[in-house]
Amino acid sequence: MNLSARVKSNLAWLGVMVGGFVIIDGLEVARLINPFIENMLVTIGINVILAVGLNLIIGFAGQFSLGHAGFMAIGAYATGIMTQTMSTPVGFFLSMGVGMVLAMVAAVIVGIPTLRLRGDYLAIATMGAAEIIRILINNLKITNGAAGLFNIPALVSWATVYVLMCLTTLVTVNFIHSRGGRAVMAVREDELAAGAMGINTTRWKLAAFVFGAATAAIGGSLHAAYIQTIAPDDFNIMASIAILIIVVLGGVGSITGTFVAAIVLSVLDTILQNFGTIRMIIYSLALILIMIFKPTGLLGSWEFSFKRWFTRREVTSHE
Amino acid sequence: MQTFGQQLINGLSLGSIYALLALGYTMVYGIIKLINFAHGDIYMLGAFWGYYSISYFHFNFWLALFSAMVVCAIIGVVIEYFAYRPLRHSARITALITAIGVSFLLENGMSYLVGANARSFPQAIRVVTYHWLGLRVSNIQLLILGTACALMILLEVIIKRTKMGKAMRAVSVDPEAAQLVGINLNQTISFTFALGSAMAGAAGVLIGLYYNSIDPLMGMTPGIKAFVAAVIGGIGSVPGASLGGFIIGLLETAVQAVGLSAYKDAVVYFVLIVILLVLPAGIFGKRTREKV
Repeated sequence: MNLSARVKSNLAWLGVMVGGFVIIDGLEVARLINPFIENMLVTIGINVILAVGLNLIIGFAGQFSLGHAGFMAIGAYATGIMTQTMSTPVGFFLSMGVGMVLAMVAAVIVGIPTLRLRGDYLAIATMGAAEIIRILINNLKITNGAAGLFNIPALVSWATVYVLMCLTTLVTVNFIHSRGGRAVMAVREDELAAGAMGINTTRWKLAAFVFGAATAAIGGSLHAAYIQTIAPDDFNIMASIAILIIVVLGGVGSITGTFVAAIVLSVLDTILQNFGTIRMIIYSLALILIMIFKPTGLLGSWEFSFKRWFTRREVTSHE
Repeated sequence: MQTFGQQLINGLSLGSIYALLALGYTMVYGIIKLINFAHGDIYMLGAFWGYYSISYFHFNFWLALFSAMVVCAIIGVVIEYFAYRPLRHSARITALITAIGVSFLLENGMSYLVGANARSFPQAIRVVTYHWLGLRVSNIQLLILGTACALMILLEVIIKRTKMGKAMRAVSVDPEAAQLVGINLNQTISFTFALGSAMAGAAGVLIGLYYNSIDPLMGMTPGIKAFVAAVIGGIGSVPGASLGGFIIGLLETAVQAVGLSAYKDAVVYFVLIVILLVLPAGIFGKRTREKV
């Protein structure tokens, strides 16, 4: 692949990101987006941020984590508590930074012992760790216990979520395509062989885990500042599972799939709002049926790539 | 000493419920390596069957218990047939998501059908409290403990002494080799689901009698804790699941007794993580050495 294909693909992605922003902004100005749809778009954005991070841990590093909501809670509560006194956008970004650092510290503490475990054991251990975080939040004074925090200043618009979604995805995808990403994938394929090749398996597993925790904290901060109310129960096992469902439905190891699944599930959820009580029944049936008929998720491990597209076109034009 | 004895009895009754549930998890996991998230909801269905059979069909307790076991066994087999069997050869995470989907379906289906409110379980047996050495023991607690232990022994006998049990053990060691020697894989897996679900159904009726309150979401938390119990005991091991169940039950009661009830779940998970770190395969789990 030559340089021009790379430049072209980067430009194309930039175009997609700016284009998406302009389209949503245009619709917003034209008043075609009501608060209901805006809420849906923001939910999609936050879910993408959360699921991209989890996909890095599960799909690329091959570590089955069921504790994503715990790290999300840390970010959400950092924002919820800090913006009470610093109710400015700067305060929000500061609180997000603090949340990310705290989540990363927690991820190191949880990860160093538990990442020695494999598969389902790791899943249960991380789930336990996330529950411990939630129960601590539930019983601390500063987090206002089970009642949670409300009247969190609304410092986040859809634009903030959009930009952060793009940034998180960019950084994650670049990490995946870096040396670190290749090391992480080598560990996924065969831990022993990777170790024999000189890869420090513990370090790279932990790196992916900590990276995922940081993105979860971003998602949590955005959630707290947009929804304006948080309670410990928002971050229970079911919340972790909801993120996991996005990852698996889209295809484990496909960032494109994560985007597709986050959009499909949010749209499905929004449509099903009208169905009242049978909403969750349809949702669960849809989940079971998609899994039975498309076991690898909607996109499997397929990834959309402008680079490949341009390269292929160049190859055909040379012929 | 007296309080200790009292808490021990409470812990054992609660623990035997967890143990019954954990048996289902451990058998299913042992045989198809699936965390059957819907297992806790089968326990919920068992409790509801008990409720309806006692209040509307006027079954006595034993008949309700037995019929709940049969009904839950059938439900377990049906779920396996429709939801898990098509996914037997796909990635395990896919089967896990399907199990979560089935769990959502059962919870929300029941909420839709019978309403989400908690209802009180009919008292099929008159509560008699015995006082003995200053301890209060109700006949319900003894009944739970006795029934649970009897069922566990029955299960152990089925697994260790019958032909089907031998087939189950063979499939859990190596499904392909088991098929080569003529074991019907599908039948064996269905049988495992039937056994596990029957245990869950029994646990549901017993818990209804004990706590006197049932609702469609009652299976979620005990389900996860029972899985934790199975992991602590060493997943795939029947005595391990029983022991794990009793450990969780005693631990929870002990934490509550010292006045930290807000942290009881946190302590359970903390102990889980510690046990997994010291004994990665659980207490009775087989240690597997990694081959290169």
